Amino acid sequence: MAKLARRDGAVKQTRQLTDYFYDPKVRGILFQVIVVALISWLVYGAVLNTVNNLEAQGIASGFGFLDRTAGFDISQSLIPYENTMTYARAFWVGLLNTLLVAVLGIVFATTVGFMIGAARLSQNWLIAQLATAYVEILRNLPPLLMLFAVYFGVLKTLPSPRESLALPFSSYLNSRGLYVPAVHWEPGFGVVVASLFVAAICVIAYWAWARWRHTQTGRQMPILLPSLGVIVGIPLLAFLLMGMPLSFDPPVQGRFNLTGGIALLPELIALLVGLALYTSAFIAEIVRAGIMGVPTGQREAAAALGLKPGQILWLVVFPQAMRIIIPPLTNQYLNLTKNSSLAVAIGYPDLVSVFAGTVLNQTNQAVEVILITMSVYLVLSLLTSLFMNWFNQRMALVER
Amino acid sequence: MATNPVRSAAVNRPRPVGPSGLNAITQWLHQNLFSSWGNTCLTLLGGALAYWVIAGFLDWAVWHAVYTGTDGSACDVVGAGACWPFISAKLQIFMYGRYPTEELWRVNLTYVLALVGLVPLMLPRVPGKIWLTAYMLLVFPVVAFFLLTGAEPLGLPVVPTSRWGGLLVTLVVACVSIAISFPLGIILALARRSDLPLIKWPAIFFIEFVRGVPLVMVLFFASVMLPLFLPEDLTINKLLRALIGVALFSAAYLAEVVRGGLQAIPRGQYEAAEALGLSYWKTMGFVILPQALKLVIPGIVNSFIALFKDTSLVLIIGLFDLLGIVQQAVASDAKWFSPQTAATGYVFAGFVFWIFCFGMSRYSAWLERRLATGHRS
Repeated sequence: MAKLARRDGAVKQTRQLTDYFYDPKVRGILFQVIVVALISWLVYGAVLNTVNNLEAQGIASGFGFLDRTAGFDISQSLIPYENTMTYARAFWVGLLNTLLVAVLGIVFATTVGFMIGAARLSQNWLIAQLATAYVEILRNLPPLLMLFAVYFGVLKTLPSPRESLALPFSSYLNSRGLYVPAVHWEPGFGVVVASLFVAAICVIAYWAWARWRHTQTGRQMPILLPSLGVIVGIPLLAFLLMGMPLSFDPPVQGRFNLTGGIALLPELIALLVGLALYTSAFIAEIVRAGIMGVPTGQREAAAALGLKPGQILWLVVFPQAMRIIIPPLTNQYLNLTKNSSLAVAIGYPDLVSVFAGTVLNQTNQAVEVILITMSVYLVLSLLTSLFMNWFNQRMALVER
Repeated sequence: MATNPVRSAAVNRPRPVGPSGLNAITQWLHQNLFSSWGNTCLTLLGGALAYWVIAGFLDWAVWHAVYTGTDGSACDVVGAGACWPFISAKLQIFMYGRYPTEELWRVNLTYVLALVGLVPLMLPRVPGKIWLTAYMLLVFPVVAFFLLTGAEPLGLPVVPTSRWGGLLVTLVVACVSIAISFPLGIILALARRSDLPLIKWPAIFFIEFVRGVPLVMVLFFASVMLPLFLPEDLTINKLLRALIGVALFSAAYLAEVVRGGLQAIPRGQYEAAEALGLSYWKTMGFVILPQALKLVIPGIVNSFIALFKDTSLVLIIGLFDLLGIVQQAVASDAKWFSPQTAATGYVFAGFVFWIFCFGMSRYSAWLERRLATGHRS
């Protein structure tokens, strides 16, 4: 017995070192130490080299450059901007231009995407095939190619301003862009806007009352027509009473150029069309998957209850499909926002082309400029996903 | 509601066996195209649209296209369609960039060597996949590197990457990025699933950071910031910078795809592997990853399609991939200037990109169907 015990002891002693090595906890700590050391070493080296390189090239550092005069023009600006203003102002101009493209692009892409997605499931064979062709062609092309094709292939080959193409609503299209009538608010228009708000509040109150009545008595009130009547009728009445306080300034064909109206840059149109086409193909697939993801039993049950096809779609299928659709749809919205940075390739003054392009070239302060630009996109991504998570939670299935 | 986009329950029911021949055709037409007034309207509208698009395209690309000519003046005719001689004159530039003509066999040989390895790998039931994988991972990259860049001792003159261009650059960027980002993505996914906080958090930070910014910014970062990070005497070439940017970008996306697969593997698999006494790497390598990767093959192929399309962005940092070189030829070649040159160039580039991406997506769909059978519970 004593011999055995001693042998046990001996074995224990020899295994002690390897024991430590094979202990998952010790190993875990070791691995983490190695990873952290490696990352620190890389970061330290990068920072050291950057400082040295910047010093050698005589480039200033810090964010002081933001207050300096920009000195360059920007072709489109939502806020007043002149080249005597600061780099910080140019940053905001670029950011707003990016947001403009993102918001408009999302609206267009969603509209077209939902239509194509529904068309892919159409009972009409021809419509379904056309929608499939649309999706399969656009999904497999690089978005940048679409931008180029729309911009250089179509918009740039349009006639010069002298021979503008006339479009409905006294708009004109030429190689310098799309000219649409400008709208001027005249005094008294505020009343019309206020009446629109009042109408909206009335409609919401009516919805709440109709819903309450529905749950109380089981009787449904007509929703769509009264709401439309109120939301159009009240502002229209106010508009007429105030003596139509609105005037249009249509573009006028001059000898060499168009005067008046608002000009939409061809770059903006190309970017919108390209991004909307590309993203709509993906949204169509998401919508199709969402609608197909609703179990057939749901439709059959609704049909058995005597709902009409339209009611089945809007009351049963669609609300359930939205739960499947929303998360990937968020991703597409984020993708579109990020893809709007392709603007730099055709010269639309978005954040990347104004700030990470022109400002970076003028100041050479790559570190700060790229840091700021990347942070903007990170914040945009974060905000979108926070909003969508909140929305998703509201729409999510409430399970027992 | 005739235009109801959702197939109603009645349509999904198996149809009664109909009459044959002409009756069957009219019945099909009636059911699928002319079942009601609304449907008939839609069919007519859709038919008109399809006719307008297809006829218009054929008019442009075939009937009214210009087929011969030596410069843009041949295509500068009122009512002329596509300017095909532009493509045939520029084909070599579009495919290989300014790669020396007498050395083109090296590029073609690389393509052949790649196909020899890839095609059997992609087909099921071909024996010796291990050897093929080893060939593709160990032998082919080395051979391809020396074939493309050159090796003086072997009598292959050096071709600097600044002369590469067109489809060659597109394929090199796509393939090398895939080869780098695939293992990197797996490692990132494993790190993100790790229990060790100091391994998990850097991975989360990297993945979310890269996924939060556009590829354009990553490429700017790679082309402007990377040289700053390195010692002054060390310069890296433009192509390599683009490769690093694209590879890191797609690694972050791949990591999320792989993570989806890892999460789908039941806990029991981990526990069983642990009970057998397998180490972490053995558990992952022999038990978890083979199942997880098989689950997400469609997702991986989709990432590769996205990566292939994204390679066109390298033109923003001054590399001439297929789109970049077409764009350059269209915009700055005065000899071929004509109203239809630009459209012809984009249609050609789009066709090449489309063939690759559509091919990959069909392959992925086929694979999905093949693999689906194994996972029905």
